[in-house]
Amino acid sequence: MIRNSASEMASKLASGEITSVALTQAHLDQISAVDKDVHAFLHVDTEGALAQAAAVDAKRKSGEKLSPLAGVPLALKDVMTQKGIPTTCGSKILEGWRPPYDSTVVVNLKKNDIVILGKTNMDEFAMGSSTENSAYGPTHNPWDLTRIPGGSGGGSAASLAAFEAPLAIGTDTGGSIRQPAAVTGTVGVKPTYGGVSRYGLVAFSSSLDQAGPCARTVLDAALLHEAIAGHDPKDSTSINAPVPAVVAAAKSGNVKGLKIGVVKELNGDGYQKGVRTRFEESLELLAAAGAEIVEVSAPNFEYALAAYYLIAPSECSSNLARFDAMRYGLRVGDSEGASAELVMNLTREVGFGREVKRRIILGTYALSSGYYDAYYGSAQKVRTLITQDFNKAFEKADVLVSPTCPTTAFKIGEKANDPLAMYLNDIATIPVNMAGIGGMSLPSGVAEEDGLPVGFQIMSPVMKDDRMYSVGAALEAALLSKWGAPLLSTIPALAGSK
Amino acid sequence: MSLTYDDVVAKYEPVLGLEVHVELNTKSKMFCGCSTIFGAEPNTQTCPVCLALPGALPTVNEKAIESTIKIGLALNCSIAPFSRFARKNYFYPDMPKNFQISQYDEPICVNGYVDVEIETDEGPKVFRIEVERVHMEEDTGKSLHVGGATGRIHGAEYSLLDYNRAGIPLVEIVTKIVPGTGKYAPEVAKAYVAELRDILRSLGVSDVKMEQGSLRCDANVSLRLIGSDVLGTRSETKNVNSLRSVERAIRGEMIRHAERLNNGERVVQETRHFQEDTGLTRSGRSKEQAEDYRYFPEPDLVPVAPDAAWIEQLRATLPERPSIHRKRLQEQWAVPDKEMSAMINADVLDVVEATVALGADPAKARGWWLGEISRIANEKDVAIKDLPIAASDVAEIVALVNAGDLTDKLARQVVEGVIAGEGKPAAVIAARGIKVVNDDSALMAAIERACAGQPETTQKVRDGHLPAAGALIGMVMKDTKGQADAAKVRALLLAHLGQSEG
Repeated sequence: MIRNSASEMASKLASGEITSVALTQAHLDQISAVDKDVHAFLHVDTEGALAQAAAVDAKRKSGEKLSPLAGVPLALKDVMTQKGIPTTCGSKILEGWRPPYDSTVVVNLKKNDIVILGKTNMDEFAMGSSTENSAYGPTHNPWDLTRIPGGSGGGSAASLAAFEAPLAIGTDTGGSIRQPAAVTGTVGVKPTYGGVSRYGLVAFSSSLDQAGPCARTVLDAALLHEAIAGHDPKDSTSINAPVPAVVAAAKSGNVKGLKIGVVKELNGDGYQKGVRTRFEESLELLAAAGAEIVEVSAPNFEYALAAYYLIAPSECSSNLARFDAMRYGLRVGDSEGASAELVMNLTREVGFGREVKRRIILGTYALSSGYYDAYYGSAQKVRTLITQDFNKAFEKADVLVSPTCPTTAFKIGEKANDPLAMYLNDIATIPVNMAGIGGMSLPSGVAEEDGLPVGFQIMSPVMKDDRMYSVGAALEAALLSKWGAPLLSTIPALAGSK
Repeated sequence: MSLTYDDVVAKYEPVLGLEVHVELNTKSKMFCGCSTIFGAEPNTQTCPVCLALPGALPTVNEKAIESTIKIGLALNCSIAPFSRFARKNYFYPDMPKNFQISQYDEPICVNGYVDVEIETDEGPKVFRIEVERVHMEEDTGKSLHVGGATGRIHGAEYSLLDYNRAGIPLVEIVTKIVPGTGKYAPEVAKAYVAELRDILRSLGVSDVKMEQGSLRCDANVSLRLIGSDVLGTRSETKNVNSLRSVERAIRGEMIRHAERLNNGERVVQETRHFQEDTGLTRSGRSKEQAEDYRYFPEPDLVPVAPDAAWIEQLRATLPERPSIHRKRLQEQWAVPDKEMSAMINADVLDVVEATVALGADPAKARGWWLGEISRIANEKDVAIKDLPIAASDVAEIVALVNAGDLTDKLARQVVEGVIAGEGKPAAVIAARGIKVVNDDSALMAAIERACAGQPETTQKVRDGHLPAAGALIGMVMKDTKGQADAAKVRALLLAHLGQSEG
């Protein structure tokens, strides 16, 4: 039951073949069985999930019209607030905090009767590409437990690959949905910036953060996308326009006559051989399905990483200032005679991890008077240039494609002491966030040299998210007919797995 | 103090810079839906947004933008077609996000001016105060430092935080530097703040209560030798909570600066706090090492891009500028300067205008509000505005007097009754049984009774000795319990005795 896709589960629920309580319980059992090894979850809300499932079953029994994913379980990245449920963002500084309010994404999930199983592990405040920066210990890649599941949303992606949940919510600031999807053989989508409300998403970098769906199939991602997207008056940057028809696009999967642009700069040197092989193969399959493959150039992408590591830390240095022990979360050193300033300092010293501190310091420096123009100001100019590169490329092609990451999953600990090497993992995903466009990663097979999953990235213009779903569905279908079974059916079994 | 003010201005020229913070009177806060009502229980007017809970996002209060644009237009500013919010980053416990959402290099209104007129040795003179910018921001919470002698954070045992004020919309109005006011600098500054207050009040965008902090002034003062074009070092005085304090604070700072300069000392660039009791300022934090606020554009808010048509629509709704309005009223009512100032100082101009608008004669309306009603307000030690009597009440009373239905004396009783809470004028008249005796036959009977009771006096009047009539009139008034119109009694009596006014 847990190995089905979410849409298969949904139709079994609709036909009465299974109940949401049974489906939810099966996932909770799988979590109990495998999460000691995977560590995808920081908090499992057994009681809440079963109560929600029972409520959906009752609604269905009474003949109420339900949404397409009603009763299907989901794993929520721990960066999203859910009323009464611990929300830590993978940080010690928020240990024990229970939000008094639901994020808009959670409001939408509840409105759609999607059952929330619990909160998934992540790099602290979404800063990282391996989930090793979680204050609560790393998540392990279900393909090989000695390897990273990607990050920052490693918990969400791993929960899908370990069949602990059929759906998950991620957030993507520089690739935190797509890179974990790539290295775990799952599907992850970063919608157009402003497509999904950020209200209740604990901010890392406000101008780059975007919540999105994680799933095992393109159609499942599209169904979840439609459930959580749409204008929200509580988020000033939310786009007030209809949600692109992503479910229809995922169902049709039609790419005939579509122009697919291969970004010259996001391939070649630095990309693992097996990654390149799978990428070329996917292009051939898309061409065979009727798409026209063209090459495009984006000369300013080479500055994207540097600009990103000025903008994101700058914004984070300000966003994370609120964690000061005054109103919620951890409080350290509050003893007789201690000043507020001392308590703030001690709490932040103890509460934040190394990577978070590194970025706060970097960002504080980049915004300082006298450095602002050289750093933050220049980075914003690069951002404009990257957007222009995309605009030009989209004149030649309907969507753009690249490998999602240069390599497959690396070993836990391998890059932990080399931040630059770690940052390079996001070289192909970051430009999408810089321009605010949509991006998807879906599995394109495994690399021959290590047998680990490789991701294929599709990028679509602002609010044309439906295009990446069309291409994704077409490629998925072509690969499925080539393989005869989904990629995840070949994943090594975890000890105790159902 | 060895230096006199005259010594200071004989040698130095003051240069001013004024920053006025205005709390807007919107119903909800700048970036969330919380109430803005003053004086609620601490921390009851808060939500995830104004408490800066993780994940919460601000959204802009449209009404606050409208009010700010109105202010900009009233101050002759250009309204920027595109402006942005920015984050001003610094840590302080009463600021929940540890940054303030403000505007930095792209404010919503720029380049305006306000003309103020003050009395100088050469007669009335207009000074133009140039406004550099008007921008929007949010207020902080309030800290209450408990224990320790000064009520300041240093030495306090603990501090209490109230976030009800956090996020209240503030508008900051910043002048360009103001040179050229010479010895009149303190008065010009006071007149400027007063003019701003009047403009803001006429726009209806703020309560403009300096004592409650809804209008706050920071005064920057520096001195330079007369004739020099090099600016001196400035001090910034905060906590100036009344118009009088604006004047006192600037005068005091000018003397303090001059004393230091004369002694060969430097003026320290710093924030100072005005002490209401002594009229002096005390050093706050030094700004020698300029604090780095790390401003950058607020990524959580889209830019403010007001539609040009909307701006014109708002411009069309602007009321007449208070100073121009006053001049026009003065001409219409033909009031001497002294009376006009009396009305402005007593803060009754608006209510007099309203009374006149309801049909009362300007002189009568002014007479009531500045006379009897002011007297009662003084007696009760409350503001005239807080007395329970409205322009419509006074207009009604004036009309009754004009119609001869009330005498001035009776009208005073009615005013007193209305203020005592006995109801509207008609109700007071009915309840107290006040009425003018207008019935000629009843009056005639009373006159005849009076004449019969005082035959000698009556004869004197018949003989043309008119002053003697007073005694008879007094008797008639007594007989009618004061409800007769004395003038009418006199006319009837004289006619009865065959006399006429000489």
